Amino acid sequence: MKILPVVVALLTGALLIWAGQDMPDFGDPDAPTNHHVADWYIEHSEEDIEVENMVSSILADYRGYDTLGETTVIFTGGVTVILLLRGRGH
Amino acid sequence: MKGDESVIVRTVIRLMAPFIQIYGLYVIFHGGGGPGGGFQGGVILAASIILYVMAFGIEEGQAKLTEKINMIMRTTGLLIYSGIGALAILFGGKFLDYGAVPLPFIHHIPEVRAILIDGGVEVGVGITVMAVMVTLFYEFYPGGSIDD
Repeated sequence: MKILPVVVALLTGALLIWAGQDMPDFGDPDAPTNHHVADWYIEHSEEDIEVENMVSSILADYRGYDTLGETTVIFTGGVTVILLLRGRGH
Repeated sequence: MKGDESVIVRTVIRLMAPFIQIYGLYVIFHGGGGPGGGFQGGVILAASIILYVMAFGIEEGQAKLTEKINMIMRTTGLLIYSGIGALAILFGGKFLDYGAVPLPFIHHIPEVRAILIDGGVEVGVGITVMAVMVTLFYEFYPGGSIDD
């Protein structure tokens, strides 16, 4: 029965390689993923937010919810470590 | 666990720590103008505390930054961020819509957004990241989690 997992893994790998043939090249400027909202950010970032660093304007303003969530994740991580480790030996 | 590093290490770290902290603040406040931001700056600030503890021991480190103050900072940073977001609701905007907050003397909305990002959001993120990094270090350090 050990042969079945190997066959499944090989089949899945072959499927992924076959499906990957249609992917756009890595870093291709014409790829659809690079034209969804990125164009808007690049063109309007300077007039919307007077932050020279576009990374910061996207991170803190356009994607403000995401960054708030990231900070919450870090905060929760810290609290969880305390909850798990501070009770050691009791 | 007592810090038993040599005089050279102690002296060098005592000299370096303020400069590391200044650099951390620079990275946080420079997030709008160049590479940097709250996450990176917060980790640099935490690195200065971690270096200090490694040279002088956990007791002296926690005398500089007690776990209680660390706990307050951990929460404050997140409150600054979401507080600015809630402030925008109070002044009639959407949550995290910084442009709605009326700042004195500045009426140009993009500039208001920039100031709140640089001076508010990034600082909040930096404080939280720094406090959590120091917490992780304190908790995993031998004998670090005895107080309160």
